Amino acid sequence: MANAITIDPKEAAHFGKMAAEWWDPKGSSAMLHRLNPVRLGYIRAAIDGHWHTDIAARRPLAGKSALDLGCGAGLLCEPLARLGATVTGVDAAPENIAAARIHAAGQGLAIDYRAGEVEQLVGQRFDLVTSMEVIEHVADPAAFVRALASSLAPGGLMILSTPNRTAVSRLAMITVGEGLGRIPRGTHDWDKFLTPEELTALLEGAGMVVTDVTGLSFSVGHGFALSENRALNYLVTAVAQ
Amino acid sequence: MERADVIILGGGLVGLTLAIALDAHGLSSIVIDVANPETQIAPGFDGRASAVASASWKMLEAIGVGARLEGQGCPIREIRVSDGLSKGTLNFAPDPAEGPLGIMFENRALRLALRETALAAQNITLVMPARAADVQRDEHGVTVTLEDGRIFTGSLLIAAEGRKSPTRAAAGINIAHWTYDHVAIISALAHDVPHGNVAYEIFYPAGPFALLPMLPGADGSPRSAIVWTVKASDAPAMLALSDRAFLAEADKRMGGMLGALRAAAPRSSYPLGFQHTAKITAQRLALVGDSAHGIHPIAGQGLNLGFRDVGALAEVLIDGVRIGLDPGDPQLLARYERWRSLDSLMVAASTDGLTRLFGVPGKTALAIRRFGLGAVQRIPALKARFMDEARGESGALPKLLQGLTV
Repeated sequence: MANAITIDPKEAAHFGKMAAEWWDPKGSSAMLHRLNPVRLGYIRAAIDGHWHTDIAARRPLAGKSALDLGCGAGLLCEPLARLGATVTGVDAAPENIAAARIHAAGQGLAIDYRAGEVEQLVGQRFDLVTSMEVIEHVADPAAFVRALASSLAPGGLMILSTPNRTAVSRLAMITVGEGLGRIPRGTHDWDKFLTPEELTALLEGAGMVVTDVTGLSFSVGHGFALSENRALNYLVTAVAQ
Repeated sequence: MERADVIILGGGLVGLTLAIALDAHGLSSIVIDVANPETQIAPGFDGRASAVASASWKMLEAIGVGARLEGQGCPIREIRVSDGLSKGTLNFAPDPAEGPLGIMFENRALRLALRETALAAQNITLVMPARAADVQRDEHGVTVTLEDGRIFTGSLLIAAEGRKSPTRAAAGINIAHWTYDHVAIISALAHDVPHGNVAYEIFYPAGPFALLPMLPGADGSPRSAIVWTVKASDAPAMLALSDRAFLAEADKRMGGMLGALRAAAPRSSYPLGFQHTAKITAQRLALVGDSAHGIHPIAGQGLNLGFRDVGALAEVLIDGVRIGLDPGDPQLLARYERWRSLDSLMVAASTDGLTRLFGVPGKTALAIRRFGLGAVQRIPALKARFMDEARGESGALPKLLQGLTV
């Protein structure tokens, strides 16, 4: 069963190579760094909408726990910690976790980073569960979603993001993105991408209700933006039924 | 060792305004300045005054500084631009319901109001007079060590040190720079004829002679600030003139329109130059105000450009911490740089162009200038655009400059 959920070892090794470069805003994760503020804006709005926190509050997650699964070197964990959450970050690649720990220490942030898989968290519940650009890399998405749902505390909030499986995303992320080296080669396998309908069905199958699906678009002139257009990539908010 | 979100080097008008704008939104700052605040706000008018554009004023009101300045500024209701004393002036007089084009303040009043607001703020630490002996910026933060050994840390360093910013130089940021070989003589005059809240910009081959309406002085007589552009080689003589001779020269430039003149402030001079850099950020560093751009004070835009930097940078940092980013995050600095660079270049280039156009002697140039002024006067869209520029309301305005909190 563990193997069914496990990130492909091939893919984990690939991200490990990138670990040292993760935090370089001009390095191989440059696109991810540019994407981050837009994604964080979506997450903040979802937090305020769900817990009715003041949009101007600096620490809306104070007193809450958060899990980021597939945390990389902590691009999302660190902001969640600054927003007040007690954060646990899990990633399959030990190199990522090593890089994440070093960076969080430099920032003076206490984040519980663990190398491993979602199964490690059996029995633990979190108020906020996030997993960005991960589900398209797992071997069994349905089992992955069930594991995420079971780690969500009652009244909790789940936010996922993933590329859509469309001609546009294949062109943008693989042909152009990886072709031009803007995204490291071999990052994506288009056939494993999920459409919003497929992901919604998986979440519903795990006892969740999807409350929002928002597209993430990219243009050369304006960069990334939240959008009605879900053809490239999208974010999903879900709560327990 | 004390820590804040940002460390601001330079506690002048721009640096303090930024600290106050951030404080109003819960971001903390440490402001370090070499100047002694007691001498900065010493009683008596030193002749330095600023036209606060209406957008800038909205920001000062939004962050709680406006209330402390109420009744201390003179609204500018009309701007008259002319080529020498020739007829055919270009008048900018908005509908009174739209509010003034700007408000003239003694700089001392601005400094006092900003200092009082900053002292009352919860999230501002004023460290002045003090000099930074060592500044370190690295991947994780900024450390400033003072000459007296005190150490401060933060997430972002902000240079608000003025035109000769040592921090900018240390960061290796090069600026495009040239001097005009001209100097602005700055002072104030008391006059018999009321100014009627009109600002005058009278262009001469050596440069513009500007009169800006102020509130009456202690003796109750009408006052105007002057910004008089002269050749650099003439400046020492201008500063050394007796009051009587200086006033006679000024009166000639004004054609006697404000009646008998008296000196109302000491004279000082300000070398004019143009400087611009597209790069206003580096690792954990942002430039604001004249550290980022020095421009000809012809249209009073220098301080207002600095206030626009404040509005943009404050909004970027406030938005940033609300989504959990570190205030020194490269993505935030990139947004600030994109937002500001085009605007400041446009303002700098247009004031520079104006200065050069009016500096050309000869009949043809005169005809072109008259034609240009006439065209602006006749074409409402062009005129509206100039007025928006004067008010500081053109371009993508930060929320603070719309009078809104972020």
